[in-house]
Amino acid sequence: MTVLNKVESETAAPETATAARHSPLEHRAAELERRSTSGARGVRLHEEPFLSQINLRTPPGGVESSAVSDSLGLPLPTVNRVSGDEHHAVLWLGPDESLIVAPDGRAEHLLRTVRDAQRGGSGSAVDVSANRTTLRLSGPAAREVLEKLCSLDLHPRSFGPGDCAQTLLGRVIVVLWQLDREPGYRIMVRCSFADYLVDLLLDAMAEFLDG
Amino acid sequence: MLLVRCPWCGDRDEAEFRYGGQADVDYPADPHQLDDAAWGEYLFVRANPLGSFNERWVHTAGCRRWFSLVRDTATNEMSPDIPRRRESR
Amino acid sequence: MMSSSNPNRLNASVRPGRIDRTRTIHATVDGRAVPGRPGDTLASAMLAGGDIEVGPSIQRGRPRGVFSADCTEPNALVQRLDGDCPEPMLPATEIELQDGLRVETLSGVGWLSEQRDTAGYDKKFVHSDVVVVGAGPAGIAASLAAARGGARVMLVDQHRELGGMLLDGQAHIAGHPATEWIGRAARELAENEQVRVLTRATALGCYDHNYLLIAERRADHPDAPPSPTIRQRLWHVRAKQVVLATGAHERPLVFADNDRPGVMLASAVRSYLNRHAVLPGREAVVFTTSDSAYSTALDLLGTGARVPAIVDTRPEPPTRLVEQVRAAGAHVVTSAAVVATGGEHRVSGVRVRGIDGNGSLTEWSAEFPCDLLAVCGGWNPAVQLFAQSGGAVRWDPVVAGFVPSGAGGRSARVVGAARGTYDLAGCLAQGFASGAEAATLSGFRTAPPPVPQVDGDRQASRPRPVWLVPDESRSPEECTEHFVDQQRDATVADIHHALGTGMRSVQHVKRYTTISTGLEQGKSSGVNAVGVLADALSAGSPGEVGTTTFRPPYTPVPLALFAGRTTGRLYDPVRTTPMHRQHVEAGAVFEDVGQWKRPRYYPRGNEDMHAAVLRECSAARTGVAVQDVSTLGRIEIVGSDAPEFLDRIYTNGFAKLAVGKARYGMMCGADGMVLDDGVSMRLAEDRYLMSTTTGGAAKVLDWLEEWLQTEWPELDVYCTSVTEQWAAVAVVGPDSRTVVGRLAPDLDVSAESFGFMRFHETVLVGGIPARISRVSFSGELAFEVNVARWYGQALWEATMTAGSDLDITPYGTEAMHVLRAEKGFVIVGQDTDGTVTPVDLGMDWAVSKHKDFIGKRSLSRPDLVRQDRVQLVGLLPTDTTTLLPEGAHLVEPDVSRRPPVPMAGHVTSSYHSAALERTFALGLISGGRQRIGEVLCAPVGGRDVEVEITSPVFYDPEGARRDGPEQG
Ligand SMILES: [Zn+2]
Repeated sequence: MTVLNKVESETAAPETATAARHSPLEHRAAELERRSTSGARGVRLHEEPFLSQINLRTPPGGVESSAVSDSLGLPLPTVNRVSGDEHHAVLWLGPDESLIVAPDGRAEHLLRTVRDAQRGGSGSAVDVSANRTTLRLSGPAAREVLEKLCSLDLHPRSFGPGDCAQTLLGRVIVVLWQLDREPGYRIMVRCSFADYLVDLLLDAMAEFLDG
Repeated sequence: MLLVRCPWCGDRDEAEFRYGGQADVDYPADPHQLDDAAWGEYLFVRANPLGSFNERWVHTAGCRRWFSLVRDTATNEMSPDIPRRRESR
Repeated sequence: MMSSSNPNRLNASVRPGRIDRTRTIHATVDGRAVPGRPGDTLASAMLAGGDIEVGPSIQRGRPRGVFSADCTEPNALVQRLDGDCPEPMLPATEIELQDGLRVETLSGVGWLSEQRDTAGYDKKFVHSDVVVVGAGPAGIAASLAAARGGARVMLVDQHRELGGMLLDGQAHIAGHPATEWIGRAARELAENEQVRVLTRATALGCYDHNYLLIAERRADHPDAPPSPTIRQRLWHVRAKQVVLATGAHERPLVFADNDRPGVMLASAVRSYLNRHAVLPGREAVVFTTSDSAYSTALDLLGTGARVPAIVDTRPEPPTRLVEQVRAAGAHVVTSAAVVATGGEHRVSGVRVRGIDGNGSLTEWSAEFPCDLLAVCGGWNPAVQLFAQSGGAVRWDPVVAGFVPSGAGGRSARVVGAARGTYDLAGCLAQGFASGAEAATLSGFRTAPPPVPQVDGDRQASRPRPVWLVPDESRSPEECTEHFVDQQRDATVADIHHALGTGMRSVQHVKRYTTISTGLEQGKSSGVNAVGVLADALSAGSPGEVGTTTFRPPYTPVPLALFAGRTTGRLYDPVRTTPMHRQHVEAGAVFEDVGQWKRPRYYPRGNEDMHAAVLRECSAARTGVAVQDVSTLGRIEIVGSDAPEFLDRIYTNGFAKLAVGKARYGMMCGADGMVLDDGVSMRLAEDRYLMSTTTGGAAKVLDWLEEWLQTEWPELDVYCTSVTEQWAAVAVVGPDSRTVVGRLAPDLDVSAESFGFMRFHETVLVGGIPARISRVSFSGELAFEVNVARWYGQALWEATMTAGSDLDITPYGTEAMHVLRAEKGFVIVGQDTDGTVTPVDLGMDWAVSKHKDFIGKRSLSRPDLVRQDRVQLVGLLPTDTTTLLPEGAHLVEPDVSRRPPVPMAGHVTSSYHSAALERTFALGLISGGRQRIGEVLCAPVGGRDVEVEITSPVFYDPEGARRDGPEQG
């Protein structure tokens, strides 16, 4: 099992050159604010940049998975579910794959923790914090906006807080995570698609702009 | 839009998947033991039945797992396949 | 009893109708104002004003009139002139009247506007336990039953209000007018939050696995907001269970001059009377083959119209009906048929003859004056959606129609008139039962509610269809005025003409005659055509002839609705790198590489692409140039078996690659054809970072996972896509060492310390962690600097600053292509096309002799060792200024140009070179490596270009420039 490469540990370290970072959607923050609406049919969209994200691969049910789970202080999630809360969570991505999500600056610690736990066993942990950015879509009409782009059944009977899915919004692959009943969602999208996805979401939100 | 049942994620639209052709076409243990005809058979010859067909799909926009299922090529009715081999770890 | 502006409008006391009499609204038809009421269709308003005639017919210019009251309308087709975009071919019978509506009548064909349609077309994906299509009595009953079970229910109807055929009649349910029952049901459904009722919504298609497409019209009606954001919405619905209560369409009758204005479907007459309070004629003959038209006759009589005769093909219609209409003052003629109509722009009378059991005319005849001829040739159950979803239909002689066959049915269940059940009690019973069953099967166990007492349509007696009323003097072959499809002006004679050419299949006859290819898509013409064909072929029944294939959409729909919001800039995902806005600011011209926007070149001043690319290439060869290479695919490959895995995937060896080093690798499919290539670095004993081509990233990851999951699950290897974890620049040229040295002050960038195909991790100015490798795709000294994606902008800025005094030049994909082609480096997908092996490319050096890899076995297949396989070579046009088009074919100079001309090969890449001061190309030429120095011809634009075959390496074949200028 490898230790951290220099560039991994330094990129993931909390104190590293944060002023030089730019999130994919920082230039659209004001626009997102302007296009968000409140009220009974309101919907809000904003970016939650720089969340720490570790892509975790671990053989299901093995000693490695319990070691990783112990090290994180969270059970590994069951199918299509999220373990933890929005500040410290593990999302189910596949039978041997999960995504650890934590606030900005936690990546180095998480990477060390998980790789230590995996030492001697099978699996991988890769820092993907810069790979995706996160959109937060919330408000009473948030589900209706998603229903214009996503073929999943998002009705409360089928998809609720703590559920997650890798799926398509339009033609963009995302990780969709419902946080609360309002409903509020996190949409984790690869950075290169972020601008396009925002264009798509804003177009879908237009119906609710006039209240 | 077919509804494909990923054994992991559940029912998802066909658009989330890529089709992987006939299932259970094993990569030969040692390709170099095969003569040209047998190797050509492995590379190029696949079944194309009317009716029940065991085929592979991969959930590209989801969990990225490969799996196989049985589809009736006339009606598109699908049912789960019991994989012969371990499909995933 | 009639109002003056709407002379045919019935007083509210006679018929209230489903209209709002408190408001008058106006449409304009062919420049004339047409007044009406909210609740009118354009057709009902025209009829209320006394206008029955519409545009003349498409081929023969015959006068035509409003014929139906639904989507089967063949004649009253109009072009919308108001609204966001002129929309062609809309049936006036389906357009809701509204203020400002402006149309022109058409003769069977409309026109497409050049105007851009700026209306909003929305899309929505929903799931439902039970979807019920059609809100007539059966559909409403099904929805009520399913909803009471707790299921998520969706009820869809194409009209503005629920009720279906109940709104056309006078039925009573549980002792009250049916409208009260409908109102109660509508309220119950509206109050249930698990129920969604969509009106003005047409189920266009019913597909595999209970997938439905539903087009909802949110604008273009009196209830719409003034300027709706969304004109139409396409609902994509996935249902657990589907109940089809789609009703039935009345069939016309085929007789001489059956297309005269004033000939109208009996059900349409009834619909106009009861729904719109419009009396389309004062003196109406009714011509029927079944019971339902008697209700039309009774409603006509009840509103003061005269009914000179009811002409029934049957010898013995039900006594009950005959007595009822006699009591109301009408006369029934049995075993008879209308054989001719009189009048010019409107029917003025009919001629009736007796018709015997064989369908032949008898001597008996009579004539009746009329201004309206209500016809009923029977009913076609609306099996379109059922058949689309894979259900089979069969001919039912009792109801004289094609009905869902019990055997072939899929999960969609069909109820009511759609399966040939025409009595109200039967429709309600089937609806309740199927709704309860559908809910139960989707997990919400419930029992059907009891069927209320009804007073309405009764169990119908057996109809007697007559497919062709014989002409009084002409044979069927000559029946050129017996119209089967009015929109297409197609007649019985046309069908016989098709038969005369030898066609027998209904599919062929349809295409030959164009019958059923118009807007109604066979809903009214189809079965009549089958019947005429069956008679002509002496088939026992229409069932022996069969139907044509039912295809979506159920009714026509604007293509813009299918596009939805994914048009223009939202058409396809656009991927950008973190440096995108810096490229825009630098004036880059972009090209699409897959979904990526990549700078193609950066023109300065008035430069064209040619000048800019020459300048960018020359900077890379003589100074320093920089390219954004963030788009390259990157996959982190981790595990104790990662070295073994890469050895199997790549044609060359990776297991022995030392940590800290990088290697170019090529991968093939099992067929030995080149799949992708790229440089992989060994980060640790059990960890590699693979790079892929920009377009190949997703495909390669799928490929790796396929082998790991399905063939080699025993390998301890995990792949993670990190394409977008990293941003990267390539710094290229003799001065690149200086620039990178400044960028990475802690790093020794000398040739001795930082060898080719090595990488180092360091911290850049500004504290940015980076991984820097020495790889080159140009043959020049070059570095690739990788940082976390979010530092991409900072990296670009820092690189430009570090090279500012050296005139560091950003370069695009075009210069990159030239630079690599000068060195003979291939681009997978440009110089390869899935039929090219590494050996064909002359890259044997990258093909291991010692280990096995995917595709190796194929390289010894007889076809892959042929001497005449195409091989990668250089191509130099004799004229140094001629640029060969990429894709140009090459032939032997002396070969005959009579097709087929044998091809020697083709050009894969072609450019102007600053370094060579001439044009050059790469190509794949049969046996090319043995033909260096020979001359071929490229026939281009009518002339022959002479081309010399050369080595593919044009520049610095010794590789002297790779380590840069001597230091010191
Ligand atoms: Zn899946």
